[in-house]
Amino acid sequence: MSAPEKSHEKAKNSLLYLDGVSVSFDGFKALNALSLVIEPGEMRAIIGPNGAGKTTMMDVITGKTKPDEGDVYFAGTTDLTRMDEASIASLGIGRKFQKPTVFESHTVWNNIDLALAGVRKPFATLFHRTSAKEIARIEEILATIRLTDKKDWLAANLSHGQKQWLEIGMLLAQEPQLLLVDEPVAGMTDAETMETAALLREIAKTKSVVVVEHDMHFVRELDVKVTVLHQGSVLSEGTLDHVSADPTVIEVYLGR
Amino acid sequence: MITAFFFRALDGKTWAVLAVLLGIGIALPLLSLTDPSFPLHVPTYVVALVGKYLCYALLALSVDLVWGYCGILSLGHAAFFALGGYAMGMYLMRQIGTRGVYANPILPDFMVFLNWTKLPWFWHGFDMFWFAAIMVLLVPGLLAFVFGWFAFRSRVTGVYLSIITQAMTYALLLAFFRNDMGFGGNNGLTDFKDILGFNIQAPETRGVLFFASAFALALGFLICRAVIASKFGKVLIAVRDAESRTRFIGYRVEGYKLFVFVLSAMMAGVAGSLYVPQIGIINPGEFAPANSIEAVIWVAVGGRGTLIGPIVGALLVNFGKTWFTSGVLAEYWLFVLGGLFIAVTLFLPKGVVGTLMARARKKPDETKAPGALSPIEASQAAEEGA
Repeated sequence: MSAPEKSHEKAKNSLLYLDGVSVSFDGFKALNALSLVIEPGEMRAIIGPNGAGKTTMMDVITGKTKPDEGDVYFAGTTDLTRMDEASIASLGIGRKFQKPTVFESHTVWNNIDLALAGVRKPFATLFHRTSAKEIARIEEILATIRLTDKKDWLAANLSHGQKQWLEIGMLLAQEPQLLLVDEPVAGMTDAETMETAALLREIAKTKSVVVVEHDMHFVRELDVKVTVLHQGSVLSEGTLDHVSADPTVIEVYLGR
Repeated sequence: MITAFFFRALDGKTWAVLAVLLGIGIALPLLSLTDPSFPLHVPTYVVALVGKYLCYALLALSVDLVWGYCGILSLGHAAFFALGGYAMGMYLMRQIGTRGVYANPILPDFMVFLNWTKLPWFWHGFDMFWFAAIMVLLVPGLLAFVFGWFAFRSRVTGVYLSIITQAMTYALLLAFFRNDMGFGGNNGLTDFKDILGFNIQAPETRGVLFFASAFALALGFLICRAVIASKFGKVLIAVRDAESRTRFIGYRVEGYKLFVFVLSAMMAGVAGSLYVPQIGIINPGEFAPANSIEAVIWVAVGGRGTLIGPIVGALLVNFGKTWFTSGVLAEYWLFVLGGLFIAVTLFLPKGVVGTLMARARKKPDETKAPGALSPIEASQAAEEGA
């Protein structure tokens, strides 16, 4: 009985705490005793080859997948393994998918409006009226993601990069404490990549951010602590220069 | 709060639809009561026919609410329609009283025929109209709640959900066919005499029933518009487009689906309850899976996700059906219906109304030209901004 209490104790000062998390699908270990700690206000980049368990890790944190074993704590005390997606989102964990996922038949404005922190229950939304404060907040976010002039466009008509930003804007609207961002610059032009890095660094000033990314150029641009995943567990951790010099990392990932 | 809720829905288009529906609801019965020599006289059978179409239109509207806006393709909505119909039919049966063949003041004829001596417990209360009216909403609503609670919690979606809705209506079909279910078995409920004390065959009563159908359709349309115009409606469309995204934003999707599914089932129940007194019979055939599929076709033809579309689609297809099946081409109706479904899917994927609406929307947009930038233009614009 002392083991869970101990890990709970360790989780106390962290924002996100994963300890010994394992998930297997039909015998394949997607996560193998993964342990990871994110401090409040930290930005962390996570890299790793395909199948290293990056997306499964996000699924576990956001409640989509339940771990077979291990502890997942948010803000030190909240056990995320007992909650569903909606309640985890309400706690303040926002997630951006690998493929930009926005509501295509809604306007840009409505996409942000839906994501805005606030009412979530069916009856509350039925009678909800958008307040002046909410309108101001939506306009502020639209300015941040540079989509103010496209606010009446259907999201379906946005370019790939603009959809990625819209999705980041939706994350901001949720006012999360922790953002999980899965491959934000996949398919972006170089200019868009640089802008996205600047946008994420701006966001990281007030929030914790976990970025999963393949693009080394982008990771270097972020200039944060890097965790390398391999076969469902942490292979190496440190600055990008430190992990790049790690012989095990070179062997499984960067060397290839 | 409630007034504000409905007020938001009342744009020009909604007013127009409400005015047309209520206008028809009043004009047609009045014209049918005129002297046959009057040039605008409407024969009684037209009132009965259009009244039936209006009930179908309300069923189609209820299908559109769940399918068009929340992506739940229900292939079992006729079950809710039939349950509403049975609730009304039970009231009408109990109004027959001693005028039945066996002249039993309590038991309907089929029960006497089956040598039953006591009214089954679930027939109690149906001698009162208000009780039956509540059951018209409650029974379909409750079935939808229980069904939806299990299905949506288990995250059954797409084709699997459609299949189990078919299974649900088929199971009810088989159950209601059995004599010992207590709903008249194969023959169903028929031979109604009067409703609220008025002769059900009288042209005046038929006129009022017609108006009630038009009114129910108008009210259903207004409720749907209000739901869609609210933030709730935006969440529904979000669920349809990207369900897991909606979850990760923090909405508990199953609650939304359940609410809209129950609302839709209740609307279908009301449609069935107005259908039965106008048709004069309800039997297990109404549960037939083909009926539910036909309702989906009406919605597809008219235009999914438009609310006006399903009304237009139900009226058009059923008018076509009446016209076709009353001539020598009667045998080919199902081929026509199937062909229509394929043609609409191929050439008018947005349906009749959806296509017209898209065309009307395109016109002013061309002058403003805020249309889609190509990805190349967009990235150029982004580079310029950087």
